[in-house]
Amino acid sequence: MINTIIQGILLGGYYALIASGLTFMFSVMRIINLAHGSLAVLAAYALLVLAQSWHINPFLGLLIVLPAMAVLGFLLERLVLERSLRAGQLVPILATFGLAIVIDNLLFEGFGANTRSLGNFIGSLSYDSIELPGGIFVGVLAVGTFAAAVLVLVGLQLFLSFTPFGRAIRATSEDPDTAGLIGIDARLVNGVAAAIALVTVGIAGAALGMRGTFDAYTGGAQLLFAFEAAVIGGVGSVWGTLLGGIVLAVAQSIGAAISPLAFLIAGHGTFLVVLFARLWLAGGIGNLLARRA
Amino acid sequence: MSALAVRDLSLDHGLLHAVRHVSFAVGSGEVVALVGANGAGKTTLLRAIAGAHRPAGGAIELDGVDITAVPAHRRVGMGIALVPEGRRLFAHMSVEENLLLGRMSGRAGPWTLDRVMATFPNLAPRRAARAGTLSGGEQQATAIGRALMSNPSVLLLDEVSLGLAPIAVDRLYQSLAGLMQSGTTIVLVEQDLNRVMRVASRVICMLEGRIVLEGATATTSRDRVTDAYFGLGQARMPA
Repeated sequence: MINTIIQGILLGGYYALIASGLTFMFSVMRIINLAHGSLAVLAAYALLVLAQSWHINPFLGLLIVLPAMAVLGFLLERLVLERSLRAGQLVPILATFGLAIVIDNLLFEGFGANTRSLGNFIGSLSYDSIELPGGIFVGVLAVGTFAAAVLVLVGLQLFLSFTPFGRAIRATSEDPDTAGLIGIDARLVNGVAAAIALVTVGIAGAALGMRGTFDAYTGGAQLLFAFEAAVIGGVGSVWGTLLGGIVLAVAQSIGAAISPLAFLIAGHGTFLVVLFARLWLAGGIGNLLARRA
Repeated sequence: MSALAVRDLSLDHGLLHAVRHVSFAVGSGEVVALVGANGAGKTTLLRAIAGAHRPAGGAIELDGVDITAVPAHRRVGMGIALVPEGRRLFAHMSVEENLLLGRMSGRAGPWTLDRVMATFPNLAPRRAARAGTLSGGEQQATAIGRALMSNPSVLLLDEVSLGLAPIAVDRLYQSLAGLMQSGTTIVLVEQDLNRVMRVASRVICMLEGRIVLEGATATTSRDRVTDAYFGLGQARMPA
């Protein structure tokens, strides 16, 4: 049981890592990016191509892929999000949904249906483990992923709280017109915020590829896990995101320990319970029913 | 050469012509007051000078340079700062963070956090407080401080006394007195005519989007301004 929980906590680190970019984008740009998971898979494929064709270790490959993801984020904001947001709050959701379908199918077109992994290119790291007291073994990669999640989340929080550009991002998300009046270029700020979000997506994509397998349609599940972790933890708080990832993953792990089929069900069930509890606490259900009546 | 010049400026809100063919100039270091009834176009005019509102026609010049097409965020770097109506602070951020945001344009000058605190002593103990929790007077001081942190050569003040207790207004104008004598060019919108006649060197009265009276406060009687304010004819001058 303790083993299950510990493995669940470490898996939660991965969920928190992939959720970090989603919550960052939502809290500073008010955009829910439904292409989030597909972009992570895109980054994983990019690392795979670098490893297969140029024999670049995936860790070194990040030095190429992360800047590329940043550029992609800036372009995504300029070409898709900014334009679609002008047409209304819901349009970016549709636009990124469409983008996810395009990315998934282009990856399928280019790489086929084979399941891939970056595990072959990182030596023994994919199966190295550490023994904890009590005879529990934890994967080095899982611990590293957890540490990366904490670093990314704390780093984002420190950046937003204590740097001039972080302040500008917060000011722009609160009131873009006034931000312009005090000398902040709101378009530039949003572009950079999207670039930062996609850098975290790139890191999550690397973790995805190294810890297991992926194919062209893996993105949807990653988006779902990120979304569930974000909602469980409460959007826009660092420790909330980490906690959300952990709660989701521990629930899945305990579910899987009971029956292998219960892995996903337990996660989704926990998500729904937390979601309805939040709505109930906020009086949302009462309001919904009152509006119906 | 004037610090700020507005030439034949027109501004529309949809079909409403909020400002119609307005021209005026403000000399360096001058304090000019814009007065007029609600809806006369004063706020729209100030927002257009700051770049938040695209003109339908005409031009705005800063130190002789045409800035009509320059976006708002770059005008701050050129020396124009607006204290918007309603203060528009970032409510979730602290006083200090709001003030530091004023420095984003990177324009060099004498203003620092400490100098703002010295100018508005009531802010010093509230430095770490969230802007949303401040009193009206403290919020207004923060909004003005935020504008000053950009080291403006032209400061636009829109209804800074709106919604404040009389004692808070007195305190605010006491703090602004030094600023007004320091050589900063100021254009202010203010409802209180008595105060306008005391602090401004020149008054411009607007009515339905046009300038109907313009004159030095020393030589313009209060009654003439009042007549122009309500559109009572005699004071009408060619705009």
